[in-house]
Amino acid sequence: MLKDRHLIQPGDFTVGEIQGLFELADQIMESPEKYMDVCRGKLLATLFYEPSTRTRFSFEAAMLRLGGETIGFSEPGSSSVSKGESIGDTIRTIGCYADIAVMRHPKEGAPLLASKKSVIPLINAGDGGHQHPTQTLTDLMTIRRYKNRLDNLVIGLCGDLKFGRTVHSLVKALSRYENIKFVFISPNELEIPSYITDKLTSEQYETTRSLEGSLGKLDILYMTRVQRERFFSEEEYLKLKDYFLLNAKKMEKAKSDMIVMHPLPRINEISTDMDNDDRAVYFEQAKMGMYIRMALIMKLLGVE
Amino acid sequence: MIKIDSIKKGIVIDHIKPGCGHTIFKDLGLHKVGYTVALIKNIPSIKMGKKDLIKIENEIDLDMTMLGLLDPNLTVNIVENGKITEKIKLKLPEKIKGILKCKNPRCVSTIENITDIEFTLIDPENKIYTCEYCDTPVKA
Ligand SMILES: [Zn+2]
Repeated sequence: MLKDRHLIQPGDFTVGEIQGLFELADQIMESPEKYMDVCRGKLLATLFYEPSTRTRFSFEAAMLRLGGETIGFSEPGSSSVSKGESIGDTIRTIGCYADIAVMRHPKEGAPLLASKKSVIPLINAGDGGHQHPTQTLTDLMTIRRYKNRLDNLVIGLCGDLKFGRTVHSLVKALSRYENIKFVFISPNELEIPSYITDKLTSEQYETTRSLEGSLGKLDILYMTRVQRERFFSEEEYLKLKDYFLLNAKKMEKAKSDMIVMHPLPRINEISTDMDNDDRAVYFEQAKMGMYIRMALIMKLLGVE
Repeated sequence: MIKIDSIKKGIVIDHIKPGCGHTIFKDLGLHKVGYTVALIKNIPSIKMGKKDLIKIENEIDLDMTMLGLLDPNLTVNIVENGKITEKIKLKLPEKIKGILKCKNPRCVSTIENITDIEFTLIDPENKIYTCEYCDTPVKA
């Protein structure tokens, strides 16, 4: 039962509970009209201590499509938070008005702290570079949608694997399923941290510098942003960025049913000449994100 | 050799690393108490070469978590009627609350007043704990 629970990190839910979310999301996608009133009279509070339009829209759209309403702030300057109110006091007060809350915060652990004081279900919508569980659920949902399974897959993760929070969470979440193989593709400077690979066996992963060389064996390619500021020099960045850039030409080397994912927004790591390729599912991924959030809101509120 | 089993009722902290007895003595506040206490340094030991030892002639509530954190190799002997009635082998606590501080500047504990952060042991060999809020490792 997920009713009245919080979602702070992906591991808070069991594989079985996540499966339940997927199945509900499938049903919502299939017949959305059946669900357009299930949250009538319910209120979702969106507490965004740092702006993230994309994530906030996704949650608000999810609640509105279930017939519920939303309140909230999208930056702390416009709320009592700017007057120095503690996170605990804010969430307690919000709990008097709303039925469920979503929190994004620049400080790591803020949603966990809030959840300890919260009388309503709380969802972490990103805490600094730490956790972003609904992104992970979105990624899993997308893989399942296109591959019809979450086991027996070879997944390539490409780009900034050192600081990329979405990558770390996804690796952790996927390693709970059978026979997953990871191919970590990055420059030396942005290699996957050892505390992630330490939890994997040597058969479970390989690291490489070459995107082109690994494409042929992948079922999924997960691209991430490579940010300029991660490099020592502009020269270094310009030298390396093309290695980790995906375009239509390189895609010729990929399997015909390989899917390309990206948490968005992209900068230039996926060339726009890719967008009409059926294998590019990153916009669909955003849609999956809304459906899984709809399922999540329903489960946490206990409405069917 | 100095006789060490002469207390009637109290606690003997044994197997203290030589040179560390003084720190533990002070951390337990024993330099300020009115009852009989003794700090014996550099006792010859077969196992350790040399060791320090603390004797406390009183029933006190020892904070085993704190002691385990200071040195997990300590032995705490409870003495009653001049005899050791219980030997407690210390170990690193799995969870500690309110003792360690998180050093990650991005952690929520840097902006909120949290006095009871729970840290979880992840690497006993190197005494590494992680913050419950941000998972940042810290050495105890
Ligand atoms: Zn912390």
